Amino acid sequence: MSTSASTGTPALETRGLMKSFGAVTAAHDITVSVPERAVWSLIGTNGAGKTTFVNMVTGYLHPDQGTILFQGQDITRLGPREVTRAGICRSFQIPQLCSELTVLENVLVALAIADPKPPSFFRKARESAAEDRAMEILKRFRIEEHRGRLMTELSAGVRKLLDIAMSMCGHPKVMLLDEPTSGVAAEEKFPIMDLVMEALTAENVTTLFVEHDMDIVTRYSDRVLAFYDGRIIADDAPDEVLSDPQVQRYVTGTAPAEASS
Amino acid sequence: MKALSDIRVASLLALALLIGGGLALPDWALFLMTIGLAKALVSLGIVVQMRAGLVSFGQGLFFCIGAYVAGLMANFAGLTDIFVLTGISVLACLAIGGIFGPLLANYRGIFFAMLSLSLSMILYGILSKMNSLGGTDGLNVAAPTFAGYAPEGRALSLSLYLYTSFIVVAIGAILRTGFDSQHGLVSLAVRSNELRVEYLGASVRRTNAINYVISAMLGGIGGVITGLAIGHVDPEYAYWTTSGEFVFVAILAGYLSIPAVFVASIILELVRSFSNLYFPNTWQMVLGVFLLVIILTLPNGLGSLFHRRREGGS
Repeated sequence: MSTSASTGTPALETRGLMKSFGAVTAAHDITVSVPERAVWSLIGTNGAGKTTFVNMVTGYLHPDQGTILFQGQDITRLGPREVTRAGICRSFQIPQLCSELTVLENVLVALAIADPKPPSFFRKARESAAEDRAMEILKRFRIEEHRGRLMTELSAGVRKLLDIAMSMCGHPKVMLLDEPTSGVAAEEKFPIMDLVMEALTAENVTTLFVEHDMDIVTRYSDRVLAFYDGRIIADDAPDEVLSDPQVQRYVTGTAPAEASS
Repeated sequence: MKALSDIRVASLLALALLIGGGLALPDWALFLMTIGLAKALVSLGIVVQMRAGLVSFGQGLFFCIGAYVAGLMANFAGLTDIFVLTGISVLACLAIGGIFGPLLANYRGIFFAMLSLSLSMILYGILSKMNSLGGTDGLNVAAPTFAGYAPEGRALSLSLYLYTSFIVVAIGAILRTGFDSQHGLVSLAVRSNELRVEYLGASVRRTNAINYVISAMLGGIGGVITGLAIGHVDPEYAYWTTSGEFVFVAILAGYLSIPAVFVASIILELVRSFSNLYFPNTWQMVLGVFLLVIILTLPNGLGSLFHRRREGGS
């Protein structure tokens, strides 16, 4: 299934991705072409293959077959570090933070690593320029008041924002967000997504996000990929996908009840 | 700049304290302090690795290499200058650490601990069988000279102690800078969450390999000073119980504070000396109880008394 809607080189392209775990096929012929600056969402029930797709694109898993292209370059066999260095970053369903460090130090780590040179033994991590940049990033995500706190003292929403803020330190070209609002209080979901999307669009980042909340999907994405059983069963604008009978039956569970015989 | 001047002030104070204390100490205490500080350098190598979540059970490898290189150079090449001996030992440990570091950096937890231990035990086995190097009896090491100065008696003990003090303060200052550096912070991040570090674009393996090499050099320096202070080196330097003592000190001190490592090492030497005197058959039990109390009351080691990592402070 091809989804190319762009005339230029896509920001991200996958061709025929296949991934199996024993007898379970988690990805079956996943072919997508994501244009630059697009905001796409990935929907599907648990086990549909969304996170497997994200893990393959970001180098955590390697596909059994198929190719992944980033701005036309083959990144299929690269690991997470190389993929990140290339310009594809991700956030996690369960935020991956450094629990023994404060919020500010987490961002300082991300900034130190984002530097083109390897982290130096002789360059101070907390020099004022780095701290200023870290504070700017925290302010952008409105979590600066938590700068001195450890992870155990943060709400789920702040952890999500910090996770994404750290990924943004590398100035990615493509960002994959794995359930950016899962575990977050209902009233925090839209404010969090507003902050995240504002930061991403300001830097023209091509964005793919995995989401279960259809209100968020329709509000923030301009295209939706619906996954079911390792396949993409629908790929279109949000309204079209969400009104698709297959999607309603297998993904959203909103299909009208069939008349009982 | 403030942090740099803080390090300088702390270093000068520590040096003044060590020099002043050394001049006032009796001979037996001077020796004990020299050994305590020298072995603390070896444990400091473990602390460097602990900051990235690894614990080497084979730090005796570099302790032994440092001591033997000094002994062999003194006995077979006639080199007795402590500066030259230290330099050659550090280079030897740098070379060997540079070979094994990238290999061991692929392993974590108990696998890293056991592999590092196995390397030190291989060296122990080789040295024990090599009669040309004294076998299990080891080698006597000639007294060191200090840039042409050849002291004897108390002057030798004091010179060695002062040399150790300078080294300790210099390394303490360098490591404090390193702990506060980008590499130091990334090491702490590796300790907390390797996956995150890789997904930010840094190499966990590279970080661990660098820490291993630093640790190797520190082990070598500790070995040179200990070998010269005792005047004898033997394969026991690489034996697992020796490595265990370095781990003991590292756990006692924790990974937060550099001075805590020196305090912990000196405490170990004191407890060992006095326990050996008053409880010759049960002194290890005294050490064990002491460690247990520290772990239960200060899970992050003695260093947590001096150093709190909060409010963005490192």
